[in-house]
Amino acid sequence: MKIGEKKATRFGFGEALVELGESNPKIFVLGADTVSSVLISNFQKRFPERFINVGIAENNLIGMASGLAIAGFIPFVSTYGVFSTGRPWEQIRTTVCYSNLNVKIAGSHSGLMVGPDGATHQALEEITIMRCLPRMKVIVPCDFIEIKKTVIASACVDGPVYIRYGRENTPIFTNEDTFFEIGKANILRDGNDVAIMACGTMVYESLVAAEILKQKGIEARVINIHTIKPIDEKVIIDAAKECGAVVTAEEHQIHGGFGSAVSEVLVRNCPVPVEMIGVNDRFGESGDACDLICKFKLKDINIVDAVLKILKRK
Amino acid sequence: MIEKSDLNVVCVNIRKDIIKMLYSAGSGHPGGSLSSVELLVSLYFKHMTFYPKNVKNPNRDYFILSKGHVCPVLYAILAQLECFNHDELSTLRKIGSRLQGHPAKDKELPGIEVSTGSLGYGLSIGAGVAVGIKKMNKNNKVYVLMGDGEQQEGSIWEAAMSAAHYKLNNLCAIIDDNGLQIDGATKDIMNVEPLIHKYRAFGWSTIEIDGHNLEEIDKAYLRFKAEKEKPTVIVAKTIKGKGVSFMENITDWHGKIPSKELTEKAITEIEKSAQ
Repeated sequence: MKIGEKKATRFGFGEALVELGESNPKIFVLGADTVSSVLISNFQKRFPERFINVGIAENNLIGMASGLAIAGFIPFVSTYGVFSTGRPWEQIRTTVCYSNLNVKIAGSHSGLMVGPDGATHQALEEITIMRCLPRMKVIVPCDFIEIKKTVIASACVDGPVYIRYGRENTPIFTNEDTFFEIGKANILRDGNDVAIMACGTMVYESLVAAEILKQKGIEARVINIHTIKPIDEKVIIDAAKECGAVVTAEEHQIHGGFGSAVSEVLVRNCPVPVEMIGVNDRFGESGDACDLICKFKLKDINIVDAVLKILKRK
Repeated sequence: MIEKSDLNVVCVNIRKDIIKMLYSAGSGHPGGSLSSVELLVSLYFKHMTFYPKNVKNPNRDYFILSKGHVCPVLYAILAQLECFNHDELSTLRKIGSRLQGHPAKDKELPGIEVSTGSLGYGLSIGAGVAVGIKKMNKNNKVYVLMGDGEQQEGSIWEAAMSAAHYKLNNLCAIIDDNGLQIDGATKDIMNVEPLIHKYRAFGWSTIEIDGHNLEEIDKAYLRFKAEKEKPTVIVAKTIKGKGVSFMENITDWHGKIPSKELTEKAITEIEKSAQ
């Protein structure tokens, strides 16, 4: 597999679930009518006895997954991120998290890149509403390889985990040997002029931005913070101390999202100027995925602009 | 096998415990706790496979208290079965207690399967447990206690649909149909009737009983255990506040605590009913 090849994280999610199912008979998967598109259909075909489809009923999806966890299984549920987190939010809060049940919740088709379906189907708020829940872990993998590691590792966690993934093909830029541990951020590129912290699809954009900045004589540290909760405070604080300025990047609402999570660490430990790239308090809309990313200013060049702006604030 | 006369004695003791613990707590829900006493005493002391000293035994039957606010009745039963020390009942709703105002799984009180209290969740949870048991080819049963007002929650009907779809004959829903909710009579606030017809239309086996008649309750649980294909709902007509004359059928006693004098009066009445 060469760097630069593209593949959607949803394929990685589907493949990893089947791998897990082979090695662990407790893995159980629940769908809600979007089984093929969120790629849990492979698991369904391979392990029909450990799969149920609840239909278009997300409250029941979380409720039944909770019951399966009580019965001793490790249930994974997945549907579009808007529906797997928003509709049954209180079930996730009160049944799953308060009871500390071993339920893994996945949100597919996240971010603007769902494209033509428009705002109703573009999950831009789930990081916020999942990370505020006690006991919930929140992971946003950056590519096809990293989501496979995420799925495998999350099965070893005893308690609730939210995993965000996407529909569109995105670059594969990590490999099997890239370090991955839940809760540990990855420094992908060294530099001391500015720290760019990103999650999910924005990690690749950040790496490209760092190359553009290098041509301008600016050395950016790029950090992949796949685990938004529990967040790697040490890596964030060290970067703030050594670089003196932070740019965050997420394909998600800025309010309460990834940039907020990073800022919460910074203001308490090492306040430095912060610029946030993300969706700024507005809904998405229909359009081609690439066009939307440009329109909502989530491209590499927007990260470059944010860096140039923040360097003046240092 | 425990005799009916003994169950009557247990019911009296549970009712006394409910009143005493709520008075001590200074807040809580007497009405619905009292209306579900016979339904749960019959279940825990006669019908359910339950291991008080080993509550996580994988061969147990599962009980989900969907109407979590009536946890005093469950706590009193678990104490009576010696899952924990009876004295602990007096800690209800107090700081540091394992007996939270609504059941809390994370406080690790023996016998609590899941946190509940937000209405409308228990039937889905029960259906999930029941599916899991079937997938493991085991025979454990799953019981879920709900209220009649709770039937207004849409998630109940998502669960009702799936329980019939997956032929969960190991799932028994019990509706403590006391006819009252916080704001008044259920039929006036948002009518849920006809419950029997609704569940039947959803593909359930339905049983309607007097929820204070131990013989009828006994027969209903036996019928559930013999069911081969469908999930079972027992719609139990009950009296909110049952056993305490000044509380019976009065909406206000949903979540009100009696004064010292009224508490003594209630205890005296309950004791008299045993004679």
